[in-house]
Amino acid sequence: MNYTFQFNVIFAHLPEFLQGAMMTLGLALAGFWGGAPFALLFAFARTSGPKWAKRLAGGYVIFITNTPVLIHIWFLFYGLGDLGILLGKYTAVIVALMAATSAYGCEIMRAGFLSVRRSEIEAAETLGFSRVQTVWYVIVPHIVKTVYPALANYFIVLTLSTSLAMIVGGEELLGTAFNVASENYRHLEAVILAAGIYVIITFIVSLSLALVGRWAFRVRAKIF
Amino acid sequence: MPHLEVRNLSASYGDLKVLHGVDLSFEKGEVVALIGPSGSGKSTILRVLVGLTPCTGGEMILDGQAIQQGSAASVRAARDKMAIVFQQYNLFQNMDVMRNVTIAPIKIKGRSRAEAEADAQRILKRVGLAEKSHAYPDELSGGQQQRVAIARALALKPEVLLLDEVTSALDPELVNEVLDTIRDLAKDGMTMLIVSHEMAFVREVASKVVMMDKGKVVEVGTPAEIFDRPRSERAREFVGKILRH
Amino acid sequence: MEQILHQLPEFFSPTNVRILAQSMGVTIALTFFGCGLGFLFAFFIVFARQTPGHWALPLRAAAIFFVEIFRRIPFLVTGYLVLFFLSAIIRNPSLFVIALMAIFIYATAYTADIVRGGLESVPRTQIEAAQAMNFGRWRTLLHVIVPQSWPVILPPAMVFMVAFVKDTAVVSQLGVFELAFRGRELNNHGFSGVLVYSTIALLYFAMSYPLTRFGQWLEKRLATPRSQKSKRKLR
Repeated sequence: MNYTFQFNVIFAHLPEFLQGAMMTLGLALAGFWGGAPFALLFAFARTSGPKWAKRLAGGYVIFITNTPVLIHIWFLFYGLGDLGILLGKYTAVIVALMAATSAYGCEIMRAGFLSVRRSEIEAAETLGFSRVQTVWYVIVPHIVKTVYPALANYFIVLTLSTSLAMIVGGEELLGTAFNVASENYRHLEAVILAAGIYVIITFIVSLSLALVGRWAFRVRAKIF
Repeated sequence: MPHLEVRNLSASYGDLKVLHGVDLSFEKGEVVALIGPSGSGKSTILRVLVGLTPCTGGEMILDGQAIQQGSAASVRAARDKMAIVFQQYNLFQNMDVMRNVTIAPIKIKGRSRAEAEADAQRILKRVGLAEKSHAYPDELSGGQQQRVAIARALALKPEVLLLDEVTSALDPELVNEVLDTIRDLAKDGMTMLIVSHEMAFVREVASKVVMMDKGKVVEVGTPAEIFDRPRSERAREFVGKILRH
Repeated sequence: MEQILHQLPEFFSPTNVRILAQSMGVTIALTFFGCGLGFLFAFFIVFARQTPGHWALPLRAAAIFFVEIFRRIPFLVTGYLVLFFLSAIIRNPSLFVIALMAIFIYATAYTADIVRGGLESVPRTQIEAAQAMNFGRWRTLLHVIVPQSWPVILPPAMVFMVAFVKDTAVVSQLGVFELAFRGRELNNHGFSGVLVYSTIALLYFAMSYPLTRFGQWLEKRLATPRSQKSKRKLR
């Protein structure tokens, strides 16, 4: 091996990388919060909606989870143009990530709904809880407890998927790495630095989500 | 020289001391019963002997050889001479009865498959399970599983058989089939160290009874001495409690 | 819309159909071999992680490091890392091999946790029984732990592999002639994006969905205890 690493020329561009990292997080947050209401809606439809809604939501989830996000992005970005609908690259990426969140999030929520046991609700009713109290003190905490870790994990996966934006020219973390490398041809170093930043940001995100979760659980512990 | 000798043995689980200087010894062909309230450290002695629980002090000498827990070879040599049967049987769930009984003789002791299987068939017949050799553990009753576990231990041809509360996990109606098997082994002169709560059984088969409490040996004697004429206050109390049952 | 209908016969020309079918084969091969190798290697990573003793500390650290790092890097980035790294040390590395290595690394990191969970699900008492009979570490693993952890390991490993059929689309960026790459190519040749990407999505679905169902079936089957299975046979 006669390759000599030259990280200094890459490190000189660190501010740009950090800007890219912010864009990465921004895309992930937009995809997550944009998709979350739909995830909740579809989860309700799949668990307690009318038959047609169950089928529709089920079919949507199965289709989205069995096809690549990259193809969704291409369809939105290159395909829709043929029909006269022109989406910007970031819009296309965010819509695709929202679609993914709505489908995967739906499955996570549904598992949470299904984890509530009839017996617990009955127990709450016998204790004299009102309907609203039962939902707020028994059902919601139970769902949060099962759903939160899965959603936290999904958010990490989603953050990593934002790198697909680079394929349609997005200037998030990976896109920035390629921009920098196109000036000085140090592709390996640029991608290694980007990889390192991905590790750091997902680690920070995991850690903060775990802390928020613990803090939230403690609050719940006080209620009882 | 005793076949197995334990001197001043101590052990702990984390911060909790479970054995405080236990002495114990017996000859070949003896059936020694360890009795005492739960948590008195009886099972721990067996686990320390086969190297599943570390000891924190004391000596163990088996057949003239010291068992040194720091040395893998020494532990291996000791395990080679002893076999243990657990309360929860611990049969390998992924193997049928025959495989459970023959795997160690074949893989560890290097016997031929034909020899090991013939041997296993003989032992299974002895514990009354000859026709179950192709059943899997989850298809057997607790009593049958425990008898397979005894067969598995016997297939190792141990010098000392350690039985750790082997009937405690069984439904009452299944206890006797297992006790009959052990009674049979005692008759044949098998050296055994038994932890048991079945006092009538202990009285019948044991040549020596060791009564323990709080990690210490309280009293040692023949069954008649322990059950009829206990000397210490603690032994009297324990025996009194049991006999009232 | 009219334009799409107009393109249909040309789009489904024998040549295009053949190319798409071939590229589906590449996608399946990448998934199968990459994940298969990764799954095997995951066992070694976990064995390394579970090696006791002071001397094995670097080994354990390396195993944990590998898993934690590659689970936190996008698959696309892993692909580029392999591409640029191999290009730096050898001339003209095969793109298929690069893609395979990237999938292998990614699959190892992700399935290692599945394997670890499976091996740790085997009750401690089973291991003690083996230890008391003088099974060494490897024999205990081989004869007792691994066979008993299959039902816990296989379903999620299967789910991972099935999910990966579609995730392989990303290696089109490395220039491997798999399904997504061919789709992009056809779009570049002037075929309507709606037509091309809908078709490609359906083809991925056709590969992924049956495998998903198979995985669900396998999970149900493995969850049935042996005693019930044999009873079923008797009836």
